[in-house]
Amino acid sequence: MKVYFDHNATTPLHPEVKKEMIAAMEMFGNPSSMHTYGREARANVEASRRKVAEFIGAHDEEIIFVGSGSEANNTVLSLFVCATNQCVGGCGMRSTIITTRIEHPCVLETAECLAHRGAHVKYLDVDRYGKIDLDQLQGMLGDDVGLVSVMMANNEIGTLQDIEAITKMVHASGAYMHTDAVQAVGKVPVDVRRLGVDFLTISGHKIYGPKGVGALFVKKGVSYCPLIRGGHQERGRRAGTENTLGILGLGRAVEMRALEMTEEHNRMVQLKTALKEGIEARIDDISINGHPTDSLAGTLNVSFEGVEGEAVLLYLDLEGIAVSTGSACASGSLDPSHVLLATGVDAERAHGSIRFSMGRESTMQEVDYLLDVLPGTINKIRNMSTAYIKGGVHAASR
Amino acid sequence: MLQAGEWAYSDTLKEHFMNPKNILQGENTDDFDGVGMEGNLQCGDQMMVVIKVDREKDVITDCQWKTYGCASAIASTSVLSEMVKGRTLDQAFNISPKEVALELGGLPDNKIHCSVLGDKALRAAINDYYTRNGMTDKVKKADVKVICQCMNVTDHDIEDAVLEGARTYLELQEHTKLGTVCGQCKDEAELLLEKFKHIHFGV
Repeated sequence: MKVYFDHNATTPLHPEVKKEMIAAMEMFGNPSSMHTYGREARANVEASRRKVAEFIGAHDEEIIFVGSGSEANNTVLSLFVCATNQCVGGCGMRSTIITTRIEHPCVLETAECLAHRGAHVKYLDVDRYGKIDLDQLQGMLGDDVGLVSVMMANNEIGTLQDIEAITKMVHASGAYMHTDAVQAVGKVPVDVRRLGVDFLTISGHKIYGPKGVGALFVKKGVSYCPLIRGGHQERGRRAGTENTLGILGLGRAVEMRALEMTEEHNRMVQLKTALKEGIEARIDDISINGHPTDSLAGTLNVSFEGVEGEAVLLYLDLEGIAVSTGSACASGSLDPSHVLLATGVDAERAHGSIRFSMGRESTMQEVDYLLDVLPGTINKIRNMSTAYIKGGVHAASR
Repeated sequence: MLQAGEWAYSDTLKEHFMNPKNILQGENTDDFDGVGMEGNLQCGDQMMVVIKVDREKDVITDCQWKTYGCASAIASTSVLSEMVKGRTLDQAFNISPKEVALELGGLPDNKIHCSVLGDKALRAAINDYYTRNGMTDKVKKADVKVICQCMNVTDHDIEDAVLEGARTYLELQEHTKLGTVCGQCKDEAELLLEKFKHIHFGV
């Protein structure tokens, strides 16, 4: 049996998206051209823009197509440190950026880079469930703060933040609000008017669309400065000939999300409950990471004591099961997941954490198969581990 | 280039990972003549190596292990336990991480450090055997030289840093904090950096 439980990493194309993209393969025109070929491509790009805008409650002209969620996040943060006079942050007046310790690296590393270029960056802590503390945010806000960037749903542990409440506080202080909603869009309802945000990031391949395409929502009236310059595409806000096929796929993907996400959510809740309870019943010495209720329905993050995540991932892969890990070893660095460490999970448990992320094609049979395989896998690794003795006593500490 | 369906690891490594040899069953090490443990759980890998020794011939007759770590850590200890059987204590003591990696059919650069722990644990087990048998004169301390006096960084630390991926003086500093106070050790550290890069990676 093949089981793909790594939907937070990427998703397979929705069959409807694939169908539409294949049908459009012959469409090669440049949307900027005035002839028939160009107009056909332009019409498709604008139709997709409308679909994306509609899906998140935005106006068409508030949607900028970009190459990825990472590009969108880089763009937003970079708006606030800029050498020109159009700088959104007011050129040094509001040069502080507030973000969290559990953002995606494309936010954290951009923030770090901007800090070298004169920005001040402050990091919000999270509690053991991955939630930020609104009081801490209140304490950080002030007339030096230009931007607050808080992800809506965390990719590793699934924890959801209250973006609406956060945005109200941020706006009251005069700062702009960005949310990286790459993991939230298409899984939980996202309405930019209700949330109130100024910037919001979407990625195509997390919602059964193609890779290499994303969308950035920029609220009307918010000043803007392109990251990629040199073309009038996207109303001069993102240069480069449009990824027409990708944009077409993204449009179809959000259409399908609108049709499927409500029913799917209920199914995800059932699958996650079965998976969580099954693991708890079958395997000792585990802990669940992330928020018990305010969390993505399809995401379950579990630490298995005494095992190292990469070994679990590869043994499961041999059984046809695809998952991911917060272990350092799998990513090539030596430090385990910064998200888990920020929630107070110790390094050892972080090394032994596995993320199961289910999606639209996941079934209860797949959960059952995983539950058949997993206990043996964990036992096999624990049996050869210096770190595990039943009951959680560590050889190392004796 | 990696082909579809192919692992980042060699077939030999994959085989040792799927079917590890000589795992120590249970926790009792009383039947063994030497026990060595290296690494720690916080860093994500820890290895214990236990050996039985033929006292007449100074030859290792059995070697078992436990490892907490990733696939290459598990496979490194497994292959090491096969390599040492029948070797004299001296021969076993001198097994290098490079030999272990070679036996495994190579390791990705960022996984070399996994094979370093196994031979360290083996050396600790051999030293433990000497200590238990009153042969303290034979306990070998691998020669260690302190290079950075301020931060107490040794030549071995530099070697480990290279194995873990440091290729430039800046990266070496990030790994070890070497030369971050007075900076007088820079020349010597750079020479060692080049030396270990050459030894382990041929660059």
